[in-house]
Amino acid sequence: MDKTRISAVILLLAGVLVGFFIYNSQSSDSYFYRPFKFGLDLSGGSRLTYVADVSKLDPANVPDAMSSLREVIERRVNVFGVSEPVVQVERSAISGMDQNRLIVELPGVTNVDEAVKMISETPNLEFRVERASTSPKRQAIVAAREEVQEFISALPTTTPATEAEIMLQERFDEETLALIQQDPDFESTGLTGRYLKRAQVNFSQNALGPSILVEFNNEGSKLFAELTKQNINKSIGIFLDETLLSAPVVREEISDGQAEISGQFTVQEAKELTRDLNLGALPVPISLASTQIVGATLGEEAAQKGLEAGLIGLFVVAIFMIVWYRLPGLISVVALTFYIVLMLALFKLFPVTLTAAGIAGFILTIGIAVDANILIFERMKEEIAAGKGLLESIKEGFARAWLSIRDSNLSSLISAAILFWFGTSMIKGFALTLMIGILVSMFTAITVTRTLLLALGFRNRVGIAKFLFDSAFFK
Amino acid sequence: MTIVKYRKIFFVFSAVLLVVSALAIGFYGLNLGTDFTGGTLLEIKYPSGRPDLTVVQEAVKKLDLGNVLVQPTGDKSYTLKLKNITEVEKNSLFESLTLGGESFFTSERLSDIGPTLGQELRNKGLIAVTLVIVLIIIYIAFVFRQVSKHYVKSWKYGVTAIIALAHDIIISAGAMALAGHFLGGEADALFLTALLTILGLSINDTIVVFDRIRENLHRHPNVKFEEVVGISIRETYERSINTTIVIVVTLVALLLFGPTSTYFFALIMLVGMVAGTYSSIFIASNLLVSWEKLGRK
Repeated sequence: MDKTRISAVILLLAGVLVGFFIYNSQSSDSYFYRPFKFGLDLSGGSRLTYVADVSKLDPANVPDAMSSLREVIERRVNVFGVSEPVVQVERSAISGMDQNRLIVELPGVTNVDEAVKMISETPNLEFRVERASTSPKRQAIVAAREEVQEFISALPTTTPATEAEIMLQERFDEETLALIQQDPDFESTGLTGRYLKRAQVNFSQNALGPSILVEFNNEGSKLFAELTKQNINKSIGIFLDETLLSAPVVREEISDGQAEISGQFTVQEAKELTRDLNLGALPVPISLASTQIVGATLGEEAAQKGLEAGLIGLFVVAIFMIVWYRLPGLISVVALTFYIVLMLALFKLFPVTLTAAGIAGFILTIGIAVDANILIFERMKEEIAAGKGLLESIKEGFARAWLSIRDSNLSSLISAAILFWFGTSMIKGFALTLMIGILVSMFTAITVTRTLLLALGFRNRVGIAKFLFDSAFFK
Repeated sequence: MTIVKYRKIFFVFSAVLLVVSALAIGFYGLNLGTDFTGGTLLEIKYPSGRPDLTVVQEAVKKLDLGNVLVQPTGDKSYTLKLKNITEVEKNSLFESLTLGGESFFTSERLSDIGPTLGQELRNKGLIAVTLVIVLIIIYIAFVFRQVSKHYVKSWKYGVTAIIALAHDIIISAGAMALAGHFLGGEADALFLTALLTILGLSINDTIVVFDRIRENLHRHPNVKFEEVVGISIRETYERSINTTIVIVVTLVALLLFGPTSTYFFALIMLVGMVAGTYSSIFIASNLLVSWEKLGRK
């Protein structure tokens, strides 16, 4: 056996092995168990996109705040008992819109009301100190508020909110707009729910309802001690989601890191609040920007149909190639099978999340994979027509088609890379399968086809070889 | 070579297609999806058969949710397209869709995209298309830098390829406008994906023909440019057509048997691929010939 035959056998064996891996990895009893990972549009589930309001943070602290936001949300989502939830942070800075986003994917959850409540209606606990009525800052805030209020009331009542927003931004400078966001009576201290160690419901004997006892962590205790020390005989406002709950007056420095929040809670409210506080308060406020929900049946149907379309497409392509190019066509179908097996294995190993768009991309790459073979076979035909021997024609065909294949696939790669860079998750899935597909198909269509074709050992175009290599309508 | 000789006929044919596409886009516009505009998309399924369209429309109209577009989808479903709604509005919408508690339905898909996300995708899309085009011009000019010695400067290959691309993109967009008007297809993020993929694939065919022109310019240094182009087209068209057949087959399979969510994607890709093969055989190289002739006068 010569070298090409040995490589051909090795290749075929490798292909069968990979195929065996894929088959085996589908069954959950197997040691190799590695199921395909389906995107939400195929498995059903929901995807929530939140925008984080980081306007009050120093830009340098934003990445930290976002990652702790992600951790907090992850904790909350985990309480939910969803299998494999995905919580990720995304930053978008394109054409002037700088947004920090948080994306929550909940596979299998199609009733998101509860999830949305759990995630976003979270307590934003903050301790603030009283501002003296004579403080210049307080006066500036009050003045700014009055000015803006006057402007707004002068607008026609029919003005849409978005338009009013733009008009405000044109009319007032940034400083004024920042001022009106602040509370004239209380000043932020930076002591927030972030520094909480634990919260618990407390029933004190001399109060009507339950109160909430919060315990700060080390850092928080220090902050709280400092805060109480400097504000003796002043009141500290305890805010929950921008609402003042209570404003107890400080009598002395509190150094044990404990505070009691009394408000008009029902027992139920107090319980929920402590639960949420314990799960962690959000370091930055977030708002829901988009919800996408796909029902499980719709997803299943899409996956099923995608598979069917792929198989039918593959079948017709195979028939076409064999009828048109005969033996080389058959070899290219073997190479194509190789391609599909390799791609499926990559999908499992990476793992690549399969979406409807991704499957469409995969089906499309079947066409691209075959294209390289068509280029090569056409070249081979030309070489044969020019009177060269079969073996030489095969070799020349591959060598000469290479430039065209490289040039054309590179341009597709450029498009795919850009798609990947700009895309939403759905488009990313498509672009990724397209990129991997182009690269893998170059290997299978060129290396695999060449090795197998040469291994067959046809040298001259006589007898059966003439029939096998002459393509339809060969002139 | 006939294709080169009768190039004016092909130019006219393309011009007609382009005008029709431009008119379709101008008159009907693209039916932009909520991906781009922001808004709510709801697909509901009535398992025991859907009620009449007018009944659903009436029920929704009472709610004062602005303009709500109701479209039949599949056999038992409706797709509703409306502005962004609040939780309360959503609940009352769901309530009214049961038609007084008489018709049970399931919510198959709900997508509520905020306006800023939509706007961002729109901007990103424009940037992406521009970037692909610029990179492809640079790429072609680079790959073909050595052909400048013969007849036509290399950048002209790039420009011609881009004209062919514009041709494909305009026709695809025209098809989308028609599909949007007559079939209710939405130009969503997948449409943008289709356009960018068409950009990448249709340039393939053009590059293969140009590649051959480059090679033949070396091989036949004393032959007239238009004849070299003619030879090159003759040598490559079988490959171009076969490749297109293969890709068309896979796309038709996707169109007929694939998931509904990629239906219009497959349709637009199909139009784009056919237009792309046509333009690389009949338009791109012929434009080079015309350009070269113009330069000689």
